[in-house]
This record gives sequence, C-alpha cells and structure tokens, in this order.
Amino acid sequence: MTSTVNGTAPGATTASAPAAQAPRRRGERGPLASAGLHLTLLLAAVIAVFPPLWLLITSFKPKNDAFTTAVVSHPTLANYRHVLGDTSFPTWFGNSVLVVAVTTVVGVLLAATTGYALSRFRFPGMRPLLWLLLITQMFPVAVLIVPLYNLMAGLGLLNQPGGLIITYLTIAVPFCAWMMKGYFDTIPVEIDEAGRVDGLSPFGTFWRLVLPLARPGLAVTGFYTFVTAWAEVAYASAFMTGDEHLTLAGGLQTFVNQYTNDWGSMTAAAVLIAVPATAVFAFAQRHLVAGLTAGTTKG
Amino acid sequence: MTLAARARRALAPHWYAWTMVAPVTVVLGVIIGFPLVRGVYLSLTDADEANVARDIGMNHLPATYHFTGLDTYRAILTDPVFWGRLGWTVVWTVACVGITYLIGLGLATLLNRPLRGRTAYRLALILPWALPAFVSVFTWRMLFNDRNGLLNSVLTGGGIGAIPWLNDPTWAKLAVIAVNVWLGVPFMLVALLGGLQSLPGELYEAAEMDGAGPWQRFRHITLPGLRTVSSTVILLSTIWTFNMFPVIFLLTRGGPGDATEILVTYAYRLSFVDSPRDFSGSAAWGVLILLILCAAAVLHRRALRKQGETW
Repeated sequence: MTSTVNGTAPGATTASAPAAQAPRRRGERGPLASAGLHLTLLLAAVIAVFPPLWLLITSFKPKNDAFTTAVVSHPTLANYRHVLGDTSFPTWFGNSVLVVAVTTVVGVLLAATTGYALSRFRFPGMRPLLWLLLITQMFPVAVLIVPLYNLMAGLGLLNQPGGLIITYLTIAVPFCAWMMKGYFDTIPVEIDEAGRVDGLSPFGTFWRLVLPLARPGLAVTGFYTFVTAWAEVAYASAFMTGDEHLTLAGGLQTFVNQYTNDWGSMTAAAVLIAVPATAVFAFAQRHLVAGLTAGTTKG
Repeated sequence: MTLAARARRALAPHWYAWTMVAPVTVVLGVIIGFPLVRGVYLSLTDADEANVARDIGMNHLPATYHFTGLDTYRAILTDPVFWGRLGWTVVWTVACVGITYLIGLGLATLLNRPLRGRTAYRLALILPWALPAFVSVFTWRMLFNDRNGLLNSVLTGGGIGAIPWLNDPTWAKLAVIAVNVWLGVPFMLVALLGGLQSLPGELYEAAEMDGAGPWQRFRHITLPGLRTVSSTVILLSTIWTFNMFPVIFLLTRGGPGDATEILVTYAYRLSFVDSPRDFSGSAAWGVLILLILCAAAVLHRRALRKQGETW
C-alpha cells in the first residue's frame, strides 16, 4: 500500500522525466504491491482449496490408484456406485438429514425468540441467562457425555433421532441466541414501537416486523446450526448404535474400521457428505459477513 | 385497579420476555444442568465400569460405588500426567488461537480493499468452513499418510526424506496444530472482515491527511477499531480450541503414545476407550477443564469491564 503524501508534490520536480507518471490516487497500488497482494491471496486460497480438491480427485480414481500422485488417469464412478449400492450409506444419509433438518428449524426459532427477548426487554434473570449461554459453550464433551447418555437411556431416547436433536440444540442454540441478540440490537427499536402503536402484540411485532428484517442473521444462525449438527462426531457415535440408526459421522467411523484399506470408498463417501454442507454454505455465505459481524461486534 | 391487575401490569413485559426465553432455559436446564450436577457428583465418588448400576442379561446389578469426597481430585492433581496434559493443552490453545488470529487478520486486511477477484478469493478462503470437520480431518489424514500420502510422495520425489507426520511426537504436534489452524482461519477471517468493514473510512482519510503511514494507520485505527470483535472471537476460539475434540481424536487418537492428547480427549479416553472405564476420573477431569475455562472467561470479562464495556 502506498500513499500519495511523500513530502514533495509529485510532478513538481519531474521535468526531466518526459513520461511522468500520473500521481496515484488514494487507494491505488503500485504494480509491485499489487502483485504481492495477489500472490499472497493466491497462495492462501490454494492452501485452503487444495485438500478438499484432492479429496474430490481421489474419489474418482480406481481403488488401487487412490494414493498415486497423478491426477486422474482412468476416471471412474466405481467408488460412488459401491458406496451408494453396497453399503448402508443411504440410510445414514437419511438419518442425518432428518436430524439436521429438525435441529436447524427448531434451533433457529429458539435462537431468534431468545435473542429477541435478550435484545429488547430488560427483565430479571437476563444477566444470568447471558452468562449461562456463554458458559454452556465451555462444557467439555467429557463431563456431559456419560450423564447425558444415562439421561437419554432413562428417557428412552437412545438410538432415537429425538435424543440427538435435543443434544445438538443445546450445543448450537446458546451461540446462535447470542448472535441473534447482536443482530437484533442493530435493528432500530423505533420499528418495534411503530408496530406496538399500530396495535401489534410484542410477539406480533417480533414475528411480523422484526423477524423478516433479521433474515441475514437467521441465515447465519441456520448455517451455524446446520454445520454443527451435520459434523458432530462424539455424541453421534456414543448415542447411536446399530447400522440402521447411525448418522453420517458415526457411519463414516465404521467405514474406517471396516474398509481400512479401501480409501476409494471413503473418499467417495466423504465427498457425498461434503456436498450438502457446501450447498447450504453457498446459499448462506452472502449473508455471512453481515450477520456474523452484527453478532460479534455487539456481543 | 385491583392488586392482581396491578401486579399483572407490572409483570406484563417480563411475562413476554420470560415466555420467549423459557424454552431455551428449560432445555438447557435439563440437558446441561442435570448431567452437570450428576457429573460433579460422579467425580466425588469412585465410580468405574465395575461398580455402576448395570444390567447383565436379565439381572440388574445396583450401583455399589461410594462417595469418596475429593480423593479423585487429589489423585489427579498429584499426578504428573495431568500437569503434562495441561501444559500441552495450553501450548496447543495458545499456538492455535494465536496463529489463526494473525493469519485471519492478515488475510482480512488484504481482502478489505478494492481488488480484482475479491469474491473468488473470499469464497476460496472460507471453503474449509463449509466442509464438515470430520471430512476435512479425514482428508488431512490421507495427505499425511506415512508411506503413501501425497505430502510424503512429494517430499521423497523432491529428494527430501519422508517425514513421519503422525508417528513422531513433535511432527504430530505440529500436524494437529496445522490442521486446526486450517480449519479455524475462515471463522476468524469472516468475523474480522466484518469488523473491518464497519470501520468508518473517514478515519483513514483524516489520518492520511495528517501524514500517517500505512503501518501507523493499521496500528492506531484498525487495531483499536477491531478490539470488540477481536476480544469476542478470541474468547470463543480459545474455548473451542481448548475443547477441540474431533481434530485430535480423529487425526491422531491422541497418539503417538499420548503426545497429542489434550485434556478433553484424555477425559474421553478414560471413560470410553481405556478399560476398565473410569467414570469418576473422567468426570473429575471434565470438572477441572470447566473450572479452568470459567476462570479464563471471568478474567476476560473483568479485563473488558475495565475498558468500559459491560453487559
């Protein structure tokens, strides 16, 4: 980055230079700085993109070529055919979709109502609740998992999607509520007041006026909940047993043990797991910067 | 107006607020509160696989463990294993959060200016966030593979010897940190980029008029302007990294030996991997982790409040 203020005014002493450069305007860069900028970003982008790309490439290689450094010589869909046709992968996929969809919808709703209450009302118990939301972030899996396992067993929720959904909600909602509070803080209170004057109930104001305005925040919250639930490993492998109950995270684990040498199938499965996540991401990323900023700057 | 009506009037706004936060509070209370109390209780007993209530076939065996007070804690705190794991966990957390923050800040600063292909760069850089962590970790394991992994193929191809990425204690530590940084940068990048975009451009113009160079502008405008965002993301990612179970568990299982075992994975190992399963020990480790993090959060809040920010 260069600045135009260099002590002497450019152009004043450059009479000897026939093709004097026009002074750079603010925010413009020299070619060298520009190249450095692009090189740095390019390098970072390559490091970020390469592993997933390599995974994708490997998944199209025949089984025995999984570790060759060559980019596909004989592209094949055999890995995908095997994973989709000969394993329980489709069942796991269905289980995951069910769990994650319910978690996301319920999670976003809960986070929004909680965030709104925290943003708009001053009520007894508010500070403890804010602390509670922060502290639940710190709970190590290790201290909760055994008692939670017993609790779920007692409620008959082991091996049920319901058990996982409730667990994931407790992981995702506190952070999301925190983010939504920050987002609602950026929406002017006058809007609520106008709604109240026009005769809406507090809940009506929230539902009909504020929520539609908070769509970017909702997108981020939904994305975060989705990613959390889609990628969770520890609870999923502890609570769900038996081939037909597993979700993807647990399923891929059995894959690792069962087909230790079959990297081809594993890469294909990994790609199939990553695709929905990436699709949701692509949908939400437009809102990501705006929504997340509101959450973090006001947090 | 009757007393009841007056009370209802006074409580009306709170009534709405409480209704809206009730579902979260109740669910958190049941799902976190109950296991927490139970976990703390377990940590004060000598419960392990052999003496908890369990069913063998048709027979139900009642629990036979006893309340032992702070014995478990005493045993852990006098055991060098705990201090060794704590030391590595702190190194791991500081290294991961520090490196992730610096890279995130650097890239965010680079991206926060007019630039051709900016959207493409941004999308590429936040891609690691879009993938489920266990898929990414699995991919890295493939790349790190000792004999056949791509990294070693390239190294041996280039005439440098293969590196035992996940089988040598030092390399394994570097490898888990590298993977965690790779996973963590996008979150930092997005949060800090958002923070940068909310800084008013006039400040920079004014500073430039006064002759401030790029470094001075960064030092005296950007950094102070990012303070709130930074403190939040650093607190969050410290907590997340301290408890980062999947990366270590899936990449190295804590190995080789217990070189990369952090507190959380060690506690998990005590109750789910090692035999006999030691429930009270695992719970006590968990409680200690929680205490450490709570202390960190309280210090953080106190520091913020000193700077005049409260909630």
